[in-house]
Amino acid sequence: MQTYLPIAEVSVNAFLLLGLGGLVGILSGMFGVGGGFLITPLLFFIGIPPAVAVATGANQIVASSFSAVLAHFRRRTVDLAMGSVLLTGGLVGSGLGVFVFNYLKSLGQVDLLVRLCYVIFLGVVGALMFVESLNALRKARKAQVGARPPRRPRTLVHALPFKMRFRTSGQYMSVIPPLMIGLAVGVLAAIMGVGGGFIMVPAMIYLLGMPTKVVVGTSLFQIIFVTAFTTMLHATTNQTVDIVLAVYLILGGVIGAQIGTQIGLKLKAEQLRVLLAALVLAVCGKLALELLIQPAELYNLTELGRH
Amino acid sequence: MWRQFALLLLLMFPLAASAQEEVVLGLSSDRVAITTSFDGSEILIFGAVKRETPIPADPLEIVITVAGPSHPVLVRRKANQLGIWVNTDAVEVDAAPSFYAVATTNRWANVLSDTEDLRHKVSIGRAIRSVGAPMEITNAPDFTEALIRIRQKSGLYQMLEGKIALDQQTLFRTAIDMPSDLTEGDYTARIFLTRQGAVVSQYETTINVRKVGLERWLYMLSRQQSILYGLMSLAIAIIAGWGASAAFTMIRNR
Repeated sequence: MQTYLPIAEVSVNAFLLLGLGGLVGILSGMFGVGGGFLITPLLFFIGIPPAVAVATGANQIVASSFSAVLAHFRRRTVDLAMGSVLLTGGLVGSGLGVFVFNYLKSLGQVDLLVRLCYVIFLGVVGALMFVESLNALRKARKAQVGARPPRRPRTLVHALPFKMRFRTSGQYMSVIPPLMIGLAVGVLAAIMGVGGGFIMVPAMIYLLGMPTKVVVGTSLFQIIFVTAFTTMLHATTNQTVDIVLAVYLILGGVIGAQIGTQIGLKLKAEQLRVLLAALVLAVCGKLALELLIQPAELYNLTELGRH
Repeated sequence: MWRQFALLLLLMFPLAASAQEEVVLGLSSDRVAITTSFDGSEILIFGAVKRETPIPADPLEIVITVAGPSHPVLVRRKANQLGIWVNTDAVEVDAAPSFYAVATTNRWANVLSDTEDLRHKVSIGRAIRSVGAPMEITNAPDFTEALIRIRQKSGLYQMLEGKIALDQQTLFRTAIDMPSDLTEGDYTARIFLTRQGAVVSQYETTINVRKVGLERWLYMLSRQQSILYGLMSLAIAIIAGWGASAAFTMIRNR
């Protein structure tokens, strides 16, 4: 069944869109990532203009994250206090990010920069997570059943002022590190056109020492607001949000997110992390290959005065 | 003033001379409606050649073009720098039609002479207007060729040699496929009658390509009430997210 998308101005198969949305929704529910780093390249691949793909992807992420976060709320795996602190940093960061993006655009080569950003961040984050979670898996296998995990060492994170108690995460720490992380992720999110979950999740686990189960829900919570902000920004300035495309992706996505959350609850935290790391590395590899291998068509077109 | 007058005379002359043969045209539709289920369209262009004098000895040939609205296009080329493929050079093509199809009754060389092509801008290469490339770009034609190649591959530019059926040098018909990713606008269909490569008569008409119904409403809303449109997109997202969550809870509790 073909559907013509009014803003993207292309005709695509509706079931393909539902499938794409569903796939990304499952991942979103499992890992607490918005899936922006997946949906945007996938939409490019089926022929949606990049500007529309980025903007509509953001809108789709709002829906799947909202659906998934409700499931996490019921399980009490959302740290609202931590989420709000991250979000405060995140919104300031995305405002800054848009400014940086426009500045880079005026210099040209913004496409390359976004791509390099993807490769570097996905590569570093993926590799770190992969190694760490494999080690954790190995240790968990060796350890006796019921053995208590060692206490986390006190780091710089615990020595800063403005301390706050985050009950759900079982943390008592300064608000400065989460604010800074939120800010940094916000900047990157705006430049790369994603929610930033794939950076936020490992940052919360490794830098803030939060338990993995809480991290996913909390990440989703703040992604909703960052992507909603991005959607509005795109809709009002570039008019590139395609609502018909969004509805198909959302329909697939919200169902996928529910399934994903169930799968996520059945898996061990370490297994979840290995899988997410593998996925991040796979996307990174694909993008890196595109930069390194000579493309079949050296030329590309940008229609001016539209989009 | 005199130069303009001379130009006017020059322009009127071929028309006056060709009044002996005229095109009477029919279109399967002069309007293409882009609906939600739009999946490309085929336009039949048919007609007859009206004449009051006997048929001249030279064979009659026909060229039909259908052109979408023109936009400037930026063509970028990638090159390998420090091991990665980067967009390096860019040439702006001043005006390239979003869709362009040329159909003929015969092989191109037999249908239209180069001077006539230059005057009426019929062939795909001529329909694209590219004025100045930046000084440092030495092979600007490569960029225009790339534009044509990419759009031909996606069916937006079509060269249909010998695809017009012509009976008795009078009745002609052809079908032009328009792909599903059409842009809105006024498409112009031009019909040229030629003898020995020279245009003896021409006719022009417009085909309206418009989004209709829901497509039109959403498009206009996104342009004119962008805040409302953005809020609507978010509302749909939130409601769908909540709905799916609620539905799944119900299923599980049962």
